[in-house]
Amino acid sequence: MSLFLRLLFRNRLAAFGAVVLAIIVVLALITPLLPLHPPNVTNTANRFLRPLSEGHLLGTDHLGRDLLSRLLHGTRLSLAVGFAAALIAAVIGATIGIVAGYAGGRTDNVTMRGVDMLMAFPYILLALAIVAALGPGLMNALIAVAVVNIPFFARNIRGVTVSIAHKEFVDAARLSGLGHGRIILTEVLPNVVPVIVIAMSTTVGWMILETAGLSFLGLGSQPPQADLGSMLGEARGALITAPHTSIVPGVMILLIVMSINLLGDGVRDALDPRLRSGALARPMAATLVDRKAPPPDKGGEGLLRIDDLRTDFRLGRRTARAVGGVTLSIRPGECLGLIGESGSGKSVTALSVMGLVASPPGVITGGAVRLDGEDLVGAPYRRLRALRGNRVAYIFQDPLSTLHPLYRIGDQLAEAIRVHHPVSRAEAWARAEKLLADVQIPNPKGRIGSYPHELSGGMRQRVGIAMALANDPDVLIADEPTTALDVTVQAQILKLLDDLRRDRGLAILFITHDFGVVAQLCDRVAVMYAGRIVEEGPTQAVLDAPAHPYTARLIACVPELGTGRRRLEAIPGLPPAVDDLPPGCAFAPRCAKAQANCRQGEIPLAGGARRVRCLYPEVTLEAAQ
Amino acid sequence: MGGYILKRLLSAIPVLFGITVIVFLIMALIPGDPATAILGSYATPENVERLNRHLGLDRPLWQQYFVWIGNLLQGDFGRSFALNRPVLDEILDRFGATLILAGTAFLLCALLGIVAGTVSAARQYGLADKAITAAVILGISVPSFFLGMMMILLFAVKLRWLPVSGMYSMFGGGDLPDLIRHLTMPAIALSIVATGVVARLSRAAMLEVLRQDFIRTARAKGVHERRVIWSHALRAAMVSILPVLGLQAGFVLSGAVYIEIVFQWPGIGRMLVDAILRRDILLVQGGVVFVAACYVGFNIVVDVLQAWLDPRIKT
Repeated sequence: MSLFLRLLFRNRLAAFGAVVLAIIVVLALITPLLPLHPPNVTNTANRFLRPLSEGHLLGTDHLGRDLLSRLLHGTRLSLAVGFAAALIAAVIGATIGIVAGYAGGRTDNVTMRGVDMLMAFPYILLALAIVAALGPGLMNALIAVAVVNIPFFARNIRGVTVSIAHKEFVDAARLSGLGHGRIILTEVLPNVVPVIVIAMSTTVGWMILETAGLSFLGLGSQPPQADLGSMLGEARGALITAPHTSIVPGVMILLIVMSINLLGDGVRDALDPRLRSGALARPMAATLVDRKAPPPDKGGEGLLRIDDLRTDFRLGRRTARAVGGVTLSIRPGECLGLIGESGSGKSVTALSVMGLVASPPGVITGGAVRLDGEDLVGAPYRRLRALRGNRVAYIFQDPLSTLHPLYRIGDQLAEAIRVHHPVSRAEAWARAEKLLADVQIPNPKGRIGSYPHELSGGMRQRVGIAMALANDPDVLIADEPTTALDVTVQAQILKLLDDLRRDRGLAILFITHDFGVVAQLCDRVAVMYAGRIVEEGPTQAVLDAPAHPYTARLIACVPELGTGRRRLEAIPGLPPAVDDLPPGCAFAPRCAKAQANCRQGEIPLAGGARRVRCLYPEVTLEAAQ
Repeated sequence: MGGYILKRLLSAIPVLFGITVIVFLIMALIPGDPATAILGSYATPENVERLNRHLGLDRPLWQQYFVWIGNLLQGDFGRSFALNRPVLDEILDRFGATLILAGTAFLLCALLGIVAGTVSAARQYGLADKAITAAVILGISVPSFFLGMMMILLFAVKLRWLPVSGMYSMFGGGDLPDLIRHLTMPAIALSIVATGVVARLSRAAMLEVLRQDFIRTARAKGVHERRVIWSHALRAAMVSILPVLGLQAGFVLSGAVYIEIVFQWPGIGRMLVDAILRRDILLVQGGVVFVAACYVGFNIVVDVLQAWLDPRIKT
């Protein structure tokens, strides 16, 4: 409870709403004790006195009645009616919802059909019909407003009840011989209460508005009794000559409903964080860059050179070092494998190249990414956009979620072409068809008009590859493109990528957690652990004689066909959290050979073509080469 | 698609049937005797009894229902005793005005709401987002009738930009520009709350979609950010915005009651309130059934649009 209140009041808007509402409620409660004029005593000599008149703070209405007094009494009435309606709707709606959800079967079916019928009405219309039948009057307006809101409660609460009714603790209660009534009261109800509270806090404002509306139409409270709505309705006749008589009750309704809405939003956010409006941050068009200066260009023959790249995730007060100084380089026609466990920073490294790391929370804090010598970190959005998909293209992991679900694949391919080339739609479609044929999709003419969900996983990934190839890129970044596919399809995709690389001279950065895949495709491999490269070298050399203990353990995880003599070993322990890295070697806590000096100071990535970041490597690099 | 439309149309039949049952039952709750209401309290018992027999009110409830629905199906909504003319004629005369008002308000709320919500999401936590969020909170909290009255004060009385009320000018006018001048204020007043609701939901839906993987794919392709937001993301967000638009159509259609009163708009809402105050039951019954049926019809359109928008829905 105290946590709930703390969460609620951290939200400044909700706190503001709570304070305003509290003031209004307190005023309404003590109204009879205040030294006010009686609300219904007319004095036609004092008609339409302006606000701040002698003895009448807010002036008087068309019958000379004191507006302040009528306002407070009207507020009392409106609040009472609104809350009563909300309570009635909540109690009846929750009862219907719980019974239907708990009973299930035919009871549920019939009840919910009835509720759906009621929801087929626009609800103000239904309220009008009910008042028409019962006759005008505040009590009848209250009933009408309560009734039209019952379906909303019934439906929401039924949904929650259904999900609870089959949980283990309810089954346990049933097995222990408790009656249905007891189970509903002791097991189901406590779990449903937060939903009822949320539903009430978001609807009570509406109910006050609706009752005010019915009164405004003359169908609610009848004279001389007046709630805020009927005050407004009566004042309408004098709108032009004495606008204050309209403004006073109108502003009060606005204040009440607004404070309730603000508070209701706060209550919902505090009780159910998943529903928080706007708690989800949307990623920006390009990753934020917060870098002092680019590191000096050391040159080199690589087409794509990543130099001491650092990417952080800023999560509130914590900063996670997802990429902590990665240096890599790829030549044209070369395939570099980047391997590591989940969370090692390999995907973030790849996405940083074109500023595609979700930001917030991602920020590139240092290093450079050079394509043909041009630094892309901190390049203007216009420049990045011109290169994305044009010279550097991506293939992502899960082709179902990475293709747009509502566009035909032909449109998605054509768009990729037309973003960078001014060709007609027909021309782009023709090229798209050719691309589909290039990635060996059978019957491209028939498939080009399909939606992604109509294709198999392997086909979808071929579409993803075709899209990446649309503009004949120089660099292809493949982020676990085969992880979501089964083994035979995986082999086909790898073969396809290998052929494309040989035919087109593509430079490929291939990200994976699977040494088997690396062995098939990559010329060189870099092993990543906790945001840093721990070993790098020609694939065969690393596979034959891993130098870093982590690489050795990682290779030992790959089962080999036919040999069967080696024990398959998992690496004990878990990778460290990147917001709390230990000093020295990040792998030390899991390493069998770790010494005291492994845990202090920076350990350099040493060597030439083969490099390793370890004080006690498994093999000496000279021996390995 | 044709099959899907047919299926949706057929599924509306039980809903319409249910609506007539509910309306009929609500009206059957009415205390006292409709014949007395029509003839006034000085009527002789014989006259009351004769009128009851004439109206079929002496029969059991279920028979009355089937007589009423049978007539309804033949386009006979009965006769309004207060206006002394067929209910359907009165409804059809008035419905055009409501349709113009509610239709304009609906277009406004859909257009402004979606644009505001999208801008708000694209500029999350920016100045535009904060301004829109504040406006939305204000918008969903203001009673439309109060807003209408304030607009009259400001734009009609003080600034004299727009006419105070009515649908056409009393003398002259009657053409489209005249209608637009009269329509501006009521349509805006009616759309404000719905606009707030749509904007709020659009913002949430867009924020959800912008985190999806296919948005990153679009960016990786080099698609311009403007197109990423307004085409890729909005199209996907529309899948969750559309159902809410359906709900808002009902809100705008029935909320027109208040606005028609405030602006003296000759629509069906004002007719209903007058009929309720005069206890003109058949007119209320007919009006409610008619508007509810329109709403059901509109929701079919929404469902069909949804199926067209999202090919994953089985049609």
